[in-house]
Amino acid sequence: MVTEKDIWEYLEEVSDPEIPVLSIVDLGVLRAVKLDDENCHVTITPTYSGCPAMKMIEVQIIEKLQEKGLKNVTVDLVLSPAWTTDWLSESGRNKLREYGIAPPENEVDKSVLFAEPTVVPCPKCHSKNTKMVSQFGSTACKAHYTCNDCLEPFDYFKCLK
Amino acid sequence: MNTLFEYTIRLADDSLILGHRMSEWCGHGPILEEDIALTNIALDLVGQATSFLAYAGETEGKKRDADALAFLRFDREYKNALLVEQPNGDFGMTMMRQFLFDAFRKPLFERLQHSSDKQLAAIAEKSLKETKYHLKHSSEWVIRLGDGTEESNGRIQDALNTLWRYTPDLFYADEVDQEMQQQGIAPDMAAVYADWNATVQHVFQEATIEIPSNNWKQTGGRKGLHSEHMGHILAELQYMQRAYPNMEW
Ligand SMILES: [Zn+2]
Repeated sequence: MVTEKDIWEYLEEVSDPEIPVLSIVDLGVLRAVKLDDENCHVTITPTYSGCPAMKMIEVQIIEKLQEKGLKNVTVDLVLSPAWTTDWLSESGRNKLREYGIAPPENEVDKSVLFAEPTVVPCPKCHSKNTKMVSQFGSTACKAHYTCNDCLEPFDYFKCLK
Repeated sequence: MNTLFEYTIRLADDSLILGHRMSEWCGHGPILEEDIALTNIALDLVGQATSFLAYAGETEGKKRDADALAFLRFDREYKNALLVEQPNGDFGMTMMRQFLFDAFRKPLFERLQHSSDKQLAAIAEKSLKETKYHLKHSSEWVIRLGDGTEESNGRIQDALNTLWRYTPDLFYADEVDQEMQQQGIAPDMAAVYADWNATVQHVFQEATIEIPSNNWKQTGGRKGLHSEHMGHILAELQYMQRAYPNMEW
């Protein structure tokens, strides 16, 4: 007999297509799982409004659960409460770092004009001597940084609260 | 008239049309980082448009989804403000247009996230977080260009002179807004205007540029009366759906 807890475990195997080291559970995109009789109802939330990965995540969820023998799977997209980087799990933060992406520092980029950007340690050499190249990086959820010490360019998973 | 539909369509079309304009920069940005920034902003706006349009379709109850509303309306049925349909021009023009818009959207969403309409509140709460990043980016560029060289100052001042006449259209309020406000759905536009005005005054002062003294104003976007640029946008935006109806990726 499959339980909701099992489903959460199955969905650990569904990853974010843009950051394949993170599962949708690590990322906090998976919000709820509800099981009654034959029907499985999954709720997800996007990181950013225009996140192009959501459709693919939905398809992957359905495929994964069908593979596990669940027949009627529905996926709902909710916007509220709005996703925040606080939902990124500790294991997710570690996976990001190992992958070469700096995890969110617990600080929103100040909306003050020309405020000093957040200090983000280099995921390769851990130096804090880094600089922000652009607030907008390779995907909506990332900013672009460079390490002044090891010269590595890297992505920073920017803080959203 | 379905007032909630009408109100939601206005919000949706601002995001949709500006998102389309910003997407025109894809591959044309002045530097790689800026190209990526402009298209990231386009993506956020198109995402917001999708949420608003999907909800507009629901409230309308005629089985039109976000795609049908985005691609299959006629020009007079689009209710975006005139500002967002203005051409990209040079980078200064694009940044000024973005700044005038972001400075309006932030105080709007700050209030709309407390709307009595749960779905509009949710979309606003989500979009606000993105808008804050957009505003920081656009306002810093306006200052950098204004307070830069003689050439950059002249260009950003020209952009302001060209676009200023379209800003009252952002705050245009009619019976739709009044009814939505009475129901606790829409925020008070006077308060949004006060915040917007404080932001633009502050940034223009830092940028050493001046609001043009010419008070000529142009409105009409919320009623579907657009500038000559709208038809060209729609020709490109709608091409695939008109040429190949119901086509999907
Ligand atoms: Zn380094």
